[in-house]
Amino acid sequence: MSTSPQNAYPSRVPVGLRTGVRANVFHGKPASSAATFPERPVAEAVVPKVALDAISLDYRTTSGERLLALDKINLEVKPGEFLCIVGPSGCGKSTLLHLIAGLHPQTSGKVLVDGTPVNGPGTDRILIFQELGLFPWLTVGGNVEFGMKMKNIGKAEREQKVQYYLRLVHLSKFRDSYIHQLSGGMRQRVALARALATEPDVLLMDEPFAALDAQTRDLLHDELERIWAETGRTIIFVTHNVREAVRLGDRVALLTFRPGRVKQDFSVNLPRPRHMEQPDVARTSGDILNCLRDEINKSLEAEYADEKVR
Amino acid sequence: MKKFAKQIIFYSALISVWALLAKLRIWPPYLFPPPWGVGHALWDGFADHSFWIGIAVTMKRMLIGYSLSIVLGMILGLAVSSNKFLEETIGGLLVSLQSLPSICWIPLAVLWFGLTEKAILFVVLMGSLLSVTIAMEDGRKQMPKIYGMAGRNLGASGFRLFWSVLLPASLPFIVNGMKQGWAFAWRSLIQAEMIFLSLGLGQLLMMGRDLSDMSQVMAVMILIIILGYMVDGLIFRTMERRLREKYGLTPA
Repeated sequence: MSTSPQNAYPSRVPVGLRTGVRANVFHGKPASSAATFPERPVAEAVVPKVALDAISLDYRTTSGERLLALDKINLEVKPGEFLCIVGPSGCGKSTLLHLIAGLHPQTSGKVLVDGTPVNGPGTDRILIFQELGLFPWLTVGGNVEFGMKMKNIGKAEREQKVQYYLRLVHLSKFRDSYIHQLSGGMRQRVALARALATEPDVLLMDEPFAALDAQTRDLLHDELERIWAETGRTIIFVTHNVREAVRLGDRVALLTFRPGRVKQDFSVNLPRPRHMEQPDVARTSGDILNCLRDEINKSLEAEYADEKVR
Repeated sequence: MKKFAKQIIFYSALISVWALLAKLRIWPPYLFPPPWGVGHALWDGFADHSFWIGIAVTMKRMLIGYSLSIVLGMILGLAVSSNKFLEETIGGLLVSLQSLPSICWIPLAVLWFGLTEKAILFVVLMGSLLSVTIAMEDGRKQMPKIYGMAGRNLGASGFRLFWSVLLPASLPFIVNGMKQGWAFAWRSLIQAEMIFLSLGLGQLLMMGRDLSDMSQVMAVMILIIILGYMVDGLIFRTMERRLREKYGLTPA
């Protein structure tokens, strides 16, 4: 899989951008942050948490032609890894998450979790939708409790976990509020707590912060990074924002525009906690953006072409 | 409370104008009774129990016919909305049948069931079943798909998915369908009662006509309005408003 050995990249390189390589890379972080973000060395032999094996998807458009949305996607995510997927709009990155969640069948290929193929949804993989899909008829607590109820977890344990996860996202005070009474950032956190409460191995996040203002988003980045460090979940995070991907991810996979293919796979070896404004985050983002630009242009051309026809 | 005051003033003015017109005797009192005449008829009607009986009989029919149409309408609506073939066939038929005023079912009902209770219930059922079905079908279609996906994603499936996600998600639409169904059932029932037999409010209305007793006619009309409004305006609207608030469908 790895095309070049790890030692081709001396560990003293500060910006650990390694294009086209899926190597087992340690986070290059200073010792001072080791307490908050423990080293998570991943052994060579470990079975990937999630593996996409030649996933393809095509669908019929309204005009009747078949459109290839995803083309033989191969991706592996290690246990506890934070993978970000970026790509231009229309590259099928959201669709990919739906496939992993088992909410939609792929045309061909396999989704493997712990080496076992999945069909259909399962609570080992929880997707946080772009639109969240929080249930307005339930309170915040009721939403967080929902998945556990479906798993037939006893009342006492549910109670305890609702409290725990609401505290984790700092929403204890809003347990009895209804969703429409909350702000956008708070809703995001409810969705996060609801997903975490089912204790999934894999958390799938579909542009969760796209609709938020910059300040709220920055705060939620910090919280997500903290929660990820505390819970050790595997996260696959889809975004169109490269900066966000570099801010959060151990790895950033870049998808091409229609059909979606993995164009390149970058490792981000920046120390955590990170910030959007950090120069090294900006620099790494710049490199990825250069690579992404062609795809964005293709996506724009496709849009403009539609316009001309009309 | 300000709205309430406005309403009091409005209705007082309305009754005053009515009283004034009656006092002026532009039309003979047996065609245009004064408010106090109608008040008297109301009082008499309740005093000799005929209005109580009328209300009880009408409400009983309403409950039976309406409950029947809710249950059948929901089943039918669910079936139609969950199957493309049924939607394209039965769905279209339902919409076209909806254009038929429910009073048109009366001749058919009388021929099938005779002048019986069954005939009345049949007319009520036909009057409200269609609107409940169509409202249910619409509700299922309008319900955001994300809830179903989120539910499945969190481990719900089969009956639990329906009961804990799909049903509550479509509740605002269901209540709307129930409200519409009630309005149609109410109209159909009074119409059916006016055409034939037995004790209900519609019958009392026609009795007033037969006796040329305009006061009774207007008294019963007022009764029908008040009853209809109480259920539709108070029960259903309150339910709908609460639901909309809880679901965040109205700006707070």
